[in-house]
Parts: sequence; structure tokens; C-alpha cells
Amino acid sequence: MKKKLTFAAALLAASVIGGMANAKQLVYCSEASPAGFDPSPWSGGNDFDASSRTIYSRLVEFDHGKTTISPGLAESWTVSDDGLEYTFKLRPGVKFQTTDYFTPTRDLNADDVIFSFERQWKKENPWYSYLEGTGWEYFTGMGFPDLLKEIVKVDDLTVKFVLNKPEVAFLPDLGMDFASIVSKEYADQLDKAGTRQQFTQKPIGTGPFQFVDYQVDAVIRYAAWDGYYGGRQKIDDLIFAITTDPAVRAQKLKAGECDIMSYPAPADIAGLQADTNLKVDEQEGLNIGYLAYNTTVPPFDKVEVRKALNMAVNKKAIIDAVYQGAGQPAVNPIPPTMWSYNKDIKDDPYDPEAAKKMLADAGVKDLSMKIWAMPVSRPYNPNAQRVAEMIQADYAAVGVKAEIVSYEWTEYRERGKQKDRDGAFQLGWTGDNGDPDNFLFLLGCDAIGQSNYAIWCNKEFEDLLKKGKATTDVAERTKIYEEAQVVFKREAPWLTIAHSKVFMPMNKKVSGYVMDPLGIHRFDGVDVTE
Amino acid sequence: MLRYLLHKLALIVPTVFGISLAAFAFVRLLPGDPILALAGERGVSPERYAQLIEQFGYNRPYVIQYLEYIGRVLTGDFGISIATKRPVLGEFQALFPATLELATIALIIAVLLGIPAGIFAAIKRGSWFDQATMGVALTGYSMPIFWWGLLLIIFFSGYLGWTPVSGRIGLQYFFKPTTGFMLIDSLISGKSGAFRSAASHLILPAIVLATIPLAVIARQTRSAMLEVLGEDYVRTARAKGLAPRRVIGLHAFRNALIPVVTTIGLQVGTLMAGAILTETIFSWPGIGKWMIDAIGKRDYVVVQSGLLIIALIVMAVNLIVDVLYAVINPRIRVQ
Repeated sequence: MKKKLTFAAALLAASVIGGMANAKQLVYCSEASPAGFDPSPWSGGNDFDASSRTIYSRLVEFDHGKTTISPGLAESWTVSDDGLEYTFKLRPGVKFQTTDYFTPTRDLNADDVIFSFERQWKKENPWYSYLEGTGWEYFTGMGFPDLLKEIVKVDDLTVKFVLNKPEVAFLPDLGMDFASIVSKEYADQLDKAGTRQQFTQKPIGTGPFQFVDYQVDAVIRYAAWDGYYGGRQKIDDLIFAITTDPAVRAQKLKAGECDIMSYPAPADIAGLQADTNLKVDEQEGLNIGYLAYNTTVPPFDKVEVRKALNMAVNKKAIIDAVYQGAGQPAVNPIPPTMWSYNKDIKDDPYDPEAAKKMLADAGVKDLSMKIWAMPVSRPYNPNAQRVAEMIQADYAAVGVKAEIVSYEWTEYRERGKQKDRDGAFQLGWTGDNGDPDNFLFLLGCDAIGQSNYAIWCNKEFEDLLKKGKATTDVAERTKIYEEAQVVFKREAPWLTIAHSKVFMPMNKKVSGYVMDPLGIHRFDGVDVTE
Repeated sequence: MLRYLLHKLALIVPTVFGISLAAFAFVRLLPGDPILALAGERGVSPERYAQLIEQFGYNRPYVIQYLEYIGRVLTGDFGISIATKRPVLGEFQALFPATLELATIALIIAVLLGIPAGIFAAIKRGSWFDQATMGVALTGYSMPIFWWGLLLIIFFSGYLGWTPVSGRIGLQYFFKPTTGFMLIDSLISGKSGAFRSAASHLILPAIVLATIPLAVIARQTRSAMLEVLGEDYVRTARAKGLAPRRVIGLHAFRNALIPVVTTIGLQVGTLMAGAILTETIFSWPGIGKWMIDAIGKRDYVVVQSGLLIIALIVMAVNLIVDVLYAVINPRIRVQ
């Protein structure tokens, strides 16, 4: 039996390798090496691209290019009236991938679902600490340990999640990468063999592609999974060519060494657009770049001062110079593409004269402050130093003297959280699950000391946030969040700087690639014309 | 000779401890820590942070942490990467052949071009060749690697299309590595065109990495040769009517070799440092890129163990160079 399996595995490997010459192949120039192929322990976008979005599937899936969800491994579900019980009916006949290192003997069932969550949740689960120092940060960060009461197997194809409190974003949360479903049978096999580490090195999932090979820091190879429940992919081989430097990625794309690339440098975009072999897709990013005042420290504890400083800044000039036109001035803390965005809110006008007067009226004279500049480039803010310099010049025009400070990236964020932080702090956010709460929670009272860099706790806003989380009706939630945005704009804890555009350059022979608002790179449904 | 070797080996022990301590301290002196780096922009609650620090043992006194670390290293356990959860030694073994291959080819280029250039510049001292070679050497020495690499990519790969942009081999060649050295593995694979593809991928990064050592070796060879050419025994050899080729090749060059060999030995360190940038530009999956990523992620274990392993290798190479001296010049053994 063992010999037969080895032979079959060899045959599979040979067909994968040997078939490569005629196979339809898509090469993606990715920006970084994945830490591993288990979709749950890590939190980097590049980790998810290489694992959860290629190899795995989830109970619910985000629709291509949207933030709405559709059935995934669960073909249907019901929610109890009190919002505490979610019962999922699993899709029958879903196959886990067959590779040279694992041959499943059964289809996906409720045990796999329960295992996928309990290994991140219950410390007594032997897989909780199979990787040294794993904190399951996403599972923890999304509040799942407090949210989940129990997960019950109703029958082989029915599983019930019981929650401690209603959570409106629970379904979108289950579409997130950390909630990918892994194989319990494979885990048991590795347990027996004493090779648990292999779980993250040689992954098994139910997704559109199966893992073939990983040459550390160089190349990841996948092959289309014939048994994928969503149908076999049009491309046979998917290859990630790991290329950390964006300028080199652009050169590779131009030279035809890859078909599609992530995160082009703003300076390269015009050159890529001009190349007749290439096309550059673009999309409004689901993000926000902002400057958070420390609302607990005078004079920034006064709304008039914050408003005046907002009015002193010429955002359009920043968008033109730093975002090189690839962005739009931000009005609200959530991007315009998100549901519940309040279109009626008007931005604070750019009016230095009025700003000067407002500062004088507020009794602020000879104000000196700090502007914090992130040391890294992010899609929501490609050059924080330059943004800081432009704000500094705008402030100078209204008589405010500003000094720019910056620190190493982790140190920067830690210092920014300090309650007595001196000055206004640049940062931003990219959405996880398309829910407005996933942006507005940044300003919640509970987020002080974590993600609330304005150190702003407003009762009216907080009540709306809590009400929104406990409301299931979307129309009603929309109203609540629209109102929360009014409170935000009135109180001005942030200078909302910009929502940026995201670009995806690719060869013209690539078709069917849909840009994802959540910043995920997925290749299911993509085709290549030879 | 044995005594000489033992003496050299005895010097290595305190050096290793010194380096292990420096590497251990260096990574902890950097602002930020691995827990925060791992948590990313989502951040981590203070309670969770405290838990993780406790779990990794980073809240204990540094002395205890260091002693535990060095104790494990002495048993051959270099630890598990905080970011990837893979054993550091395993990652190193997987990536080191790529760096070694790149550095070896770079060193071969540097030696094969640098020594003859230095010799000719010395012989033709003051000529246009001398001036031009030393000018180019100085430029090469001062060239920022990152800029130089990108320039070569844009010209040779982008504009002329002669070489691939980055990577180790064309993606159409897929075989399991046997030795980790792509030039050798591509030959073993028996796939037609694989060796050529591997060589074409290697050429640009090797040139970039060879640039600084080449400049140093050329300049060192020139100055060593000039010194030797002025010695009495060279004049005597010439006066005896020996052919210029024999005078330079046998008498002058052999004696000029010692400082040149020293310089070549020292270039191993330069190559390791240069590999960090070269590998990053050319997406070369070696230990240079690995270390840069680890520093970015504040992966204490990888940085401290990686630095220690690299230092051990550099020291081993220097030891070999010392032994080579003794072979070249018997006087050194006696001293």
C-alpha cells in the first residue's frame, strides 16, 4: 500500500514538474517571503497572499473585488434572533488537496471547522503551541477569545458557533484569513509522525491552488487543485517570484520575467503605464491616512484649536505632491467606497486666514508643537516625512511653529500611544473586513493605548459605536455610523489627510484579475492568454 | 607549524565569545522589539504584550538570557526564528550556499581581474593605464552598491535585455536542489539550458559584489608590487639579465603576494557585508537578505545566531589565510 502511494505521489510530482513546459503559468512578483504557510499565526498581507488566499478556503468568502460576503465552505447559515448562535451548513463533498505528502481519506467536515478555531483558542489544544511563541495574534486581535462561547458539532456537516455577545461583524470576520479552514486529518497524521512543524511548511487546504514547492526567499510554486469545489482554475501553475525591491519588481515586469506585480513605487507608475505591453489597474484603497492630535494635552484638548489646525493644511497640495495625484482628500475616517460613508459631511475648508483668527480667538499664541512622521512608506501614506514638511510649512503660515520627529517603526508606534505624547501623530489604517466598525473602532475609548492615537474618548461617539456593533439591521447601522461620522467631524480628533489609490501593474496577457479592496492578492479566476 | 596553528586557534575562542556577546547586545540595543514587530500595525494589548515577553523570556535579566543562549549554542542549538518559527541553523544551511556561490564567483572575478590589473599598473607606473586603472578602482570602491546594482539592472536587463533582472535561475527550470549551488545543481539536473540560465542570473550580482573587492585587490597588488620592484634583489635579478617576465613573475610577484593574500582574506568580510545589499537588490535568496529581514523584524534569535555563524565562517577563512601565509612564507611560522 505504502509503495503504491509513493508511486502515486511520484507520478503526481512528475506530472506537476514535467507538465510545466506546456502548462499555463502565471508569475506574480510578490514583495516579501511568507513567514509560513499556516494561514492563522501570522498577520502580514504577504503571508496571507501565499497561504490563505491560494491554498485555503473559509466558511464564507469575500466576493471578488468587494467587501460583501458569499457562501464559501458553508453553503448556508442561520442566525438566532438574539444574534448569539450562528449555525453553518457545510458544503458536502469538499476535498482537501492530495499531494505527495498527504492523501485525505475523507471530505471536509465539522471536525475540521472546530479544529481550525480551537487550535487558536484553547490553550489545552495540543496544536495551540505547536509553533514556539505563537500568539494567534489575529484571532486574539479580533476579540475571538472573548467572543466565542463554544463551537458545537451538530452533525458531520453542521456546525454551530455560540457567542458570548452579539457581534454584527462576525460573518465578515469569518471571511478573514485567520479563519481559514485547515485539515484535522492532516494534523492528526503529523501528530502521529511527530512532525507537527510540517503543518506550516507543507500546507494542505481546500483552496484553488495546491502547494508544490518553496525555495526559501526565492520562489513559491503552486499548481491548480483539480478537486477545488469552486472548479479547476484556468491557469495550471501559479508562481510567486519573491522580489523585495519595488524598482526591481517593475523591471522584472517590463522584462517579462513576471506577469503581475504588487505595490509599485509611486515613481515607477508612469513608466509602467507608458509600457505598451502592460496595463496598470487601479482602485480606491480601503484606507485612510491621518494626523491624530493628542486630545488630552492643551491646547489640543480644545475643538476650536484642532479645527483651526485642520483648516490651516492644504490637503490638495499634499495629494498632488506626495500621493502624486493617486489619492483623494479624506473627509471622514472611513473611505468613500465603504457603506455608511456620510456624503453630506463637508470637509473643513482650507482657509489659513480663518485658521489664524480661530487660533487667536481660542487664546493660542506662539504655539510650538511636534509633527510625527512615520519612518516607513505605506499605501495610505507613501512619504510621511514629506507630508510632515508640507504641514509644517502650512502651520508656519498661521503662526504655528512645528518640529518634525520620527523614530524607528515599532518604537514610533509605541511612543505614539503614550498618553502625554507631545504633538500630532501621523498614521493610517487599511481595512480588514469591509465593515465600518473596522475603521471607527480606532477611535473607541477601549482603543486608547492601542490604536487610538488621538487618545480621544467621546461619550456620544462611543455610544454610537457600541450601538452599531449590537445592531444587525444594515439600514439602521448605516444611520448610526453616519451619525458617528458627524460627531467625528465636529470634534476633529484627526486631520483626515487622504485615501490613496492602489495600483496593480500587469502584463496585457493577464485577464480576470480583480483588485481587492481589502488589499488581498488573489489569483482564482485569473487567466493568461498565450 | 602545529604550534602556530594551536596559537591561532587559541585566539579564536575569546573572539567567538566576544562576537557572541556583541551580537547579543547589538540586536537588543536597536529600538523596538520582536513582539511589537510581529504584531504589526494592528498592535498588541499591554496584557498580551506582557504575556508574550514572559513566554519568550525577554523580561529576564540580560545576563541570564545571554548565558542560556550561549549554553544552547555550545550544544549546537542556535534557536528558533521568532518570525518564521523555523530553526535558525536550518534556515542558514538552506540559504548559505546561495551566498557562498555568489561570493565565490565575485571573489574569483575580483582576483582574476584585480591582480593582473594591479601588476600592470605597477609595471607601467605613471602611464595612462596606471592612471585609468586606479581611477576606475577608486570609483568602484566608492560606488554605492545599491545604486550600482540598479544601474546595471536598468542597462543590461532593461535596456539591452542581455541578462535576467533577478533571481537565481529561470522559473521554467524546476528541480530539487542537491548541493544548493545553482551552477552545480543545474548541471546535475541534466536540463538543457539550465546551467546557462543559472550563469546568466549570477553574472550581474557577481559583478556588483566583486566591484569593491576588485578595486581593493587591484590597489593593494599595485602598491605591494611597487614596493617589491624597488627592492635590491629585484635589481640584482634584472642585472643578472633575467627576462622581465621571470623577474616580475618569480621574484617580485611571489614576494608581493603576502599582503595581497591578506587583503583577499579580509575581502571575505567585505563580501559578506556587500552580499546584504547585493542580495536585496537582486532578490538573491542568501543569508544577506535573510539578515536584513531579520533585523527589520527584530528577530533577536536570527540576528544574534546569524551574526555568530557568519563571524565563525569569516574567522575560519582568516585562519586558512593565516595558514596559507605560513606556507607561502616560512619566516612567519618561526615568528
